[in-house]
Amino acid sequence: MSPEQPARTAGDLITRAQNTWCPGCGNFSIEHMMKSAIAELSEEEGIPIENFVLLGGIGCHGKLVDYLNVNSFYGIHGRSIPAATGIRLANPDVKVICHVGDGDIYAEGLDHLIFAAKRNSDITVVVHDNRVYGLTTGQYTPTSPTGFKGRSTPGGITEHPINPLEVMLAAGATHIGRGYTKKVRHLKDLFKEAIMHRGFSFIDVLQICATYFNLTDYYNEHAYEMGEGEVETGRFESALEKIREWDYDREAPIALGTFYSVKKPIYEEHFQSLTAGKPDRRAFVQKVLQERR
Amino acid sequence: MGEYSVLIGGKAGEGINTAGLSIAALFSRLGYRTYMYFDYPSLIRGGHNFAIIRASERAIGAHRTPVDVLLAFDQNSIENHRQRIHDGTTVIYDSSQAVRGEGSGLHLDTILKEEKAPRIVGNSAMLGALARTAGIGRDVLEDVLRATVPAKHLEANLRVAGRGYDAVENVFTVEPLDTPALPVLTGNEITGLGLVHGGLESYVAYPMTPTSNLLHYLAERAEDLAIKVLHPENEIGVILMALGLAYAGEKAAVGTSGGGFCLMTEGLSLAGMSEIPVTIVMGQRPGPSTGLPTYTAQTDLHFVLNAGQGEFPRLVVAPGDLDEAYAWSATALMLSWKYQVPSIILTDKTLAEGAFSFDIDAVAPHPDREPLLWDGSGEYRRYALTEGGVSPLAFPGREGAVVKVNSYVHDEAGITTEAVDETKRLREKMLRKDESLSAELSTYPVVRTYGARDAGRTIVCWGSEKWACIEAAEVFGARVVQPLVLAPFPARTWKEAMIGAGKVACVENNATGQLARLLRQQGFDPGRPVLKYDGRPFAVDELEARLGEVFA
Repeated sequence: MSPEQPARTAGDLITRAQNTWCPGCGNFSIEHMMKSAIAELSEEEGIPIENFVLLGGIGCHGKLVDYLNVNSFYGIHGRSIPAATGIRLANPDVKVICHVGDGDIYAEGLDHLIFAAKRNSDITVVVHDNRVYGLTTGQYTPTSPTGFKGRSTPGGITEHPINPLEVMLAAGATHIGRGYTKKVRHLKDLFKEAIMHRGFSFIDVLQICATYFNLTDYYNEHAYEMGEGEVETGRFESALEKIREWDYDREAPIALGTFYSVKKPIYEEHFQSLTAGKPDRRAFVQKVLQERR
Repeated sequence: MGEYSVLIGGKAGEGINTAGLSIAALFSRLGYRTYMYFDYPSLIRGGHNFAIIRASERAIGAHRTPVDVLLAFDQNSIENHRQRIHDGTTVIYDSSQAVRGEGSGLHLDTILKEEKAPRIVGNSAMLGALARTAGIGRDVLEDVLRATVPAKHLEANLRVAGRGYDAVENVFTVEPLDTPALPVLTGNEITGLGLVHGGLESYVAYPMTPTSNLLHYLAERAEDLAIKVLHPENEIGVILMALGLAYAGEKAAVGTSGGGFCLMTEGLSLAGMSEIPVTIVMGQRPGPSTGLPTYTAQTDLHFVLNAGQGEFPRLVVAPGDLDEAYAWSATALMLSWKYQVPSIILTDKTLAEGAFSFDIDAVAPHPDREPLLWDGSGEYRRYALTEGGVSPLAFPGREGAVVKVNSYVHDEAGITTEAVDETKRLREKMLRKDESLSAELSTYPVVRTYGARDAGRTIVCWGSEKWACIEAAEVFGARVVQPLVLAPFPARTWKEAMIGAGKVACVENNATGQLARLLRQQGFDPGRPVLKYDGRPFAVDELEARLGEVFA
């Protein structure tokens, strides 16, 4: 950013798009905390606003990228993550943040989530986990609890939810956290930490769906912020134990915060040197052909 | 005119493909133009693989049924090819494997044992025997081995080749030509190099026959060509990764076949709506479903023309040989960026895995085209409305620009809208892009013709059937007309090319006549269908017989 231009404030990061979320929707918290996280990181870390890229899947969560005046790739259901890796591959300077839904990424696009974690792709994935399909009006998702009665399963589901944090730990994610839309400051700090993590970072956000699955009371009763030393974030076994404290199904305390954070080589960096500079590739083609003569 | 055909056959895992390429190199070294058809089943070891190598004084790109020399590693290689053997055919067989051979037996087991060489080196014995049979000097044979065999295996190969050379009689003489030796490359390799010529920076693919070798070739050459080569979890990941790369400013292409392309179609539609450039190499093979994985077909023309939900412009090109694969792969990528539309390079197993002599100096390159970039003035709008429908590009990280791409109907800034007028404007913007692309293409060789216009007989064909048609046309004094671009369809150029066509035959590697269907949609009479749908390309003589029925 050139010196004569004043840094954009958080308020400048809102577009003129009309907001169409339901009143009381948990998405508002995520939107505003991401907006603040970006503004603060820009200020504190000197990251130009134009170096942030947001990706949206399909679902209520995806609208967030229309509302924030930041580079965005509003893609298709479940497929944000490979596009995010592509963006990061092309430009090592950008901070790539995927906003995805629980139906979006735990059902439709789970393969991409697992592989991005396995590769340690240098992107951030924020899951708007309201544990129900909102935009398609109330069906169960992979994190809906057993017995959940949705419009496609009126008798209640017999299957158990997945614990996405446990899946991510097993897949090789190098940064795993969980937030809650009623704890906004905590959420913003989780976002900032995840964005600054070098490698694959994952935040599951327990999000209120005011219309189809309002768990506000349940979360208020069970959720707690982890204190210093409650989990050894550099140790797999410690993280696993804490992650298993609640399985998204039975009644248990719900820990919020960072469960795991380690350093590993970054996927995109293996490829960076290949395309560096402005190589004359046509000369390379001629050379390759010459060798075959 | 000097022209030769050699078949080499054996089990999978014996290196038949490599041996075939060495045979092609032998003829190339003497100045001949070569073509190799490689036929193999979908298995790793065993079965029956064979390659037919044809060499000629002039450009060729198809095989013929009869062969002059048959090199057999096993009994199947003789039995399966009885129809190719005629009075002049020399059969050389491994007498330690094929017990009932007529011709010269080479006891490969003994030779290899005595020379302490592994089984795979048996190929060199066959190559040596072929050289002697065809009157090709020992120096040429050794030259070819030096160029193709890794240094640490060279000595053993030279010894074994010498044994093969000494074990048989000279039958005929391949006269060296006064023309320079040309490299022999596959359609996959040249498609990859053409993409790089067009500005490729990243290639993304999931392995699938017949384009796996394009992935392998570019991966092997990634450092030499200064490109990234990526292999993600599936074809959905492939096309989305390519779109992410392109959104961020890096030129990307992907490669697949029908099944993988099925998975890519939602991403293709996203590319259409979001106006993110991407080039897709679609190598056809026979379907439906898994079909015949390692064989050939031209059955996905209408699939690529119509794939993806909704209506959006796209460029579809179908090269018929290496020259066209090189020029059109480059152009497909450049025009994809200039018009911000997906482009599809439609090949098939015959072209992708076939090997041909390639003369880069004979390729007439198409003009270079650059994408339209934002000039930095005013507020950036990713989908700014323009006369030609193309909006200037900026990429994330560009100061002063907020770059918003969108799969929903969107306004000029890229923000979702459901408004009537904006929906209509976006639709019309896409229509204008299609018109602009069509107008530009009218200056390219979008329809090629071969032979005199007043022939009164015309063969219409597309893609890899081109060369079989050109050769077969000579018998009938017919003209050949070949569309290179299938979308947007060059109707006016086609109409001009077909003036005075006379009796028309439409040659295709499918069961329903897909080009014929496209021509009818465009209001043209496609003539009589000449179809082959057994997973194999037409041999020239086979096509001649079929065309005889039409032109009788």
